[in-house]
Formats: sequence, structure tokens, C-alpha cells
Amino acid sequence: MVKFSDSKLKEVEQIIQRYPEGKQKSALIPVLHLAQEEFGGWLSAETMDYVASVLNLQPIEVYEVATFYSMYNLKPVGRYLFEVCQTGPCMLNGSDNIIKYIFEKLGIRPGETTTDGMFTLKTVECLGACGYAPMMQLGKNFREHLTKEKVDAVIDECRQKAAINN
Amino acid sequence: MGRKLLLDNIGVEGIRYYDAYRKHGGYRSVEKALKTMTPEQVTDEVKKSGLRGRGGAGFPTGMKWGFLAKPAGVPRYLVVNADESEPGTFKDRYLMEFIPHLLIEGIITSSYAIGSNRSYIYIRGEFAWIDGILEQAITEAKNNGFLGKNILGSGFDCEIYVQRGAGAYICGEETALLESLEGKRGNPRIKPPFPAVKGLWDCPTVVNNVETIAAVVPIVNDGGDAYAKIGIGKSTGTKLISACGNINKPGVYELEMNISVEEFIYSDEYCGGIANKKRLKACIPGGSSVPILPANLLLTTAKGEKRMMTYESLADGGFATGSMMGSGGFIVMDEDQCVVKHTYTLARFYRHESCGQCSPCREGTGWMEKILLNIDNGKGKMSDIDLLWDIQRKIEGNTICPLGDAAAWPVAAAIRHFRDEFEWHVLNPEECLKKNYGLANYAKPLEIVA
Repeated sequence: MVKFSDSKLKEVEQIIQRYPEGKQKSALIPVLHLAQEEFGGWLSAETMDYVASVLNLQPIEVYEVATFYSMYNLKPVGRYLFEVCQTGPCMLNGSDNIIKYIFEKLGIRPGETTTDGMFTLKTVECLGACGYAPMMQLGKNFREHLTKEKVDAVIDECRQKAAINN
Repeated sequence: MGRKLLLDNIGVEGIRYYDAYRKHGGYRSVEKALKTMTPEQVTDEVKKSGLRGRGGAGFPTGMKWGFLAKPAGVPRYLVVNADESEPGTFKDRYLMEFIPHLLIEGIITSSYAIGSNRSYIYIRGEFAWIDGILEQAITEAKNNGFLGKNILGSGFDCEIYVQRGAGAYICGEETALLESLEGKRGNPRIKPPFPAVKGLWDCPTVVNNVETIAAVVPIVNDGGDAYAKIGIGKSTGTKLISACGNINKPGVYELEMNISVEEFIYSDEYCGGIANKKRLKACIPGGSSVPILPANLLLTTAKGEKRMMTYESLADGGFATGSMMGSGGFIVMDEDQCVVKHTYTLARFYRHESCGQCSPCREGTGWMEKILLNIDNGKGKMSDIDLLWDIQRKIEGNTICPLGDAAAWPVAAAIRHFRDEFEWHVLNPEECLKKNYGLANYAKPLEIVA
């Protein structure tokens, strides 16, 4: 069942404190981030309904927000999500080659996940790292100045991390 | 070497943290403002400085503050726009990541000026490691008495909160940002009422860009007149430019607005010239929304004057032969880049980021993307070029917010200045898949398409 731990509920409480009384709807976007992190990297209908109940909102208020913002995944994703930027400045610096190389290495196109559930490739629009292109987001961080070698290293790093955590 | 007002201490070890920041003159503006000035005096200095909004629109900041309604008993808010998402722009991120206290200091001083006791920094969701840096700076400022209740015994209270977005370019538009901060979809509001009257939770609100708020610090420290003396004409002070694309030294540069575009591109102090010894083809000088200019018009205005890195000079000639300072996102393209393909990626970006409220933008951005993809893939028709022109014209000015304009302008400018490259794609459907059009005759001014 989808339910925040006590410590996460406390975090939700702290987020609500940031706003004046009665304005707790403002907590929705941060709490959805929290929910996505906690419940498998994506937002199921069950998760969204749960967030609605935590914040005292109608489920529709959560759905309409979750479907608007690109960082919320509405389908399951792999354990490691490669979000490769493909907008103009990254394209000028070879982001197409990076996307192609990830396909060669992992056999996944944008929107696809490897069969072992380890990696998902997603193309995204400008992440504000244009001077350090090409780049991708992995978890909370940016991987910049990407080359084939760097992509190899990132993939190895993820596999090692997964092996340790298993 | 130009003067630096924001990044002068960026190389100091530990400047991200309070101790080093304070040791190098940090928080003086808060002391000066709260102890020796009235809020009106702070606002007057900002007005005198001529500071213009650094987010892209370039609206005078002091005037924006002056519009703020001040009904009794109603809270006012300062909201910092850190939703930096304009392709080519990465200056606010740099400032927040490496010298976060400058922003915090600017917020406290600005909040005092406009009478806001509660401020929100709305940061784009993807900058997921920067909210922690800002939170830490806020905690440090609080522990040292610069935030919280009765700051420095002045009776002024101020709190700052950080809110992360979740991936939506449109939330950089100030009313969409406020909607998002209220926990809703980022749909821009119909104006009026403006946020200065009805903003966050219907209260009077000032929304300013990160760099704008940071600039308030040197303005209060040294006075608005001193700030106004830097730069040329109405382009006062320093501007952060984030340079990217095919240059030797991409990065964030603070420059006095008195150097030429040519110096900025070719000097080793800034971009260091075009990468791989190639030639300059084109440049989008102010973030993806502003018109692209071919090399000749970028370096020299249509009047034959040297183009300068100022609001006025970059805009010289209007959209026919000029562009805009915008957000300072400076995208440089070398001779081997394809303008059609680049324009396609931008059209795709705007289609992806359209909120969908207004039909011209929602439908038009998708049509432009499809047509551009066809032309880029050698499947275009000559009539498609005119169709693109027609669509962009019908989007511009016909939407609630400026995203429609922002989507239309890059397409219009690409056709205006590079029409022969579009036509070459149509006439050479197979060749265009194998090679690029190249530099062609962009050394000479092209005929302007009306």
C-alpha cells in the first residue's frame, strides 16, 4: 500500500509550514516530488490519490498537476533514468550522437526501458546547462560535457551501484 | 578587464558559505538599508540605477517596484524567478550554485524596500541540487541574524522559502510561476490584473529574476548613480551573459555593457573565438526566443555601426536587422551548423512547452515543428516556407502570454535571414541529408523578406 513513513509525513508537514495558513495546496508540487522518490520513481493513480488525501485535495487537482509537469513520470521507469537534452544548444554540440550511442550500448530508444528494468532513456528539452553541452540529468544531478567514454562510465557506475545495493 | 559587481568574489575559496561571503563584504547592503535608509530610499536608488529586469523583458526594476499596490493589512510578497529555462541561458544557476548568499542578501534588501515579509525562490525542478545550497545559505543567514524576526533590531521581519518546480518552461512567465507556486498547472493568467496588484494568493507581488535581485546588492552598497554610470545609455550596470554553442570558452561572463559583440566573441577574456578554427555563421544573442542574426548583421548593424552588447544596440534595426538582449543566453553557431535543423529543435521545444491554453500557440507550435522536420528531412515543399511564415505571424501577438511570440520569433528570423538555406533543403532533398548548406553568402546582407 502507498503510504509515507512517519519521517516523510513530517517532511510533508514542514513543507506545508512554508505557506500561510490555508494555502497548503502550494505544497502539491514538492509533495509530488517526494512521492515520486518514495514510490518507485513514478506516479501511479494510487500514489496520486494518496497525495490528494494527504493534502486534503480532490484527486483531479493532483492529476491535472501531475500530467502538466514533465518531471513527473506517469509510467514506470527503469532504476536509472537518463534524461538527455536535445534542444538547440545541446544539438549544436552533438546530443544526437549521445542519444544514438545510448541506443547502441543499451538498445533503448527515447521512451524505452531495458528489459532488465535497469535503464530508461528519455529525451528532454533544455535543462539550463547549455555551456556544458551535451548533457543529461541522472537523478538529482547533471552529467555534462558528455562523450561516448563518459556515457560508458556513467553506465558502469550505475551497474556498480545497483550491484552494491542489491 | 571589465568591472565585476556580482561575480567579483566568485574565485574566493568558500564563497558559497557565509563566513567567506561575509568576510568579503557580504550583507553590507542589508546593514546599510535597514540601519540608515527608509524602504522608499532603497527603491529610489534602484530607480536611479536604471536597472532593467535581467530575466529577458528588460523592464525597469524600480518602476516595477513602484507599481506595487500597498493596501493596509494585506501581505505583500517578493517572488524570485529562478525558473531559468530559456535555451541558451544558464547564468542564474551559476550565481545560485556558486555565490548563493548574493541572492539571499539581495532578497532581504529588496524585501525591505517593498515591504515583503515572506519571499519565495521558485527554482526550476531540474536544478535539484541547488535548492539544498540555497536552503543552507538561508539557514546560515538566519543563524547570523540576517533573516527571521526583527533583523538587526530594525523591526523588519523576513523569511525566505525555496520552492522547486517540476519541469515547465512556461513557469518562467511570472503569472504561470505564481499559479505553479499555488500548486496548480502553470497556465499564465490574463492581465490585468498584474501581479503588482493581484499576485500570489491574490496579494500584491513583485516577481524578479535572480540576477535582478542580486544586482540590488551593489546598487545599495555603492548607490544607484554609481551603477548607472557603468554601461551605455539605458543599458546600465553589468550583465551576466551565458555563452554556448560553437565557441572555445563557453561559460558565464559578467560584462560591463560597453563592449562590442565582436570583442565578446573573439576576445580571450570572453568566448575565445569560434571553436575548431571555424568561421562564425550565426548567433542567437539573447536566449532561443530572440531573432537569430547572420554573422554580418550580428557584428555590425544595418547602419554599419559596430554592434555592442547593450539592450539598445542588440535591438538596433528592430526585428528586420536586429535582435534582443533577452536573457543573455548567447548561442553561437559555426559554419557547419544547419539553421533549419536548429530552428526545428527550437520549434519542438516550444511545442513541448506550450501550456495549451491558447489555440494559436497550442496548434501553431506543433504545425511549425512538423513542417520544419519535413524540410530538414528533405521532404519539404517550397510552399511550406511561406506556410511557416504565415503560421508564425498568426501566433505572434495572439496569445495570453509571450510564449507565442517566443515561439514565432525564432522561426520568423530564420526565414527572414536564411531563406536561401530553407530553399536549398527543398531543392536538394537528398543532398541536404548528407551535408550542410554551410556559410554561403552570409558575409553579405540578404534581402529582407517583408
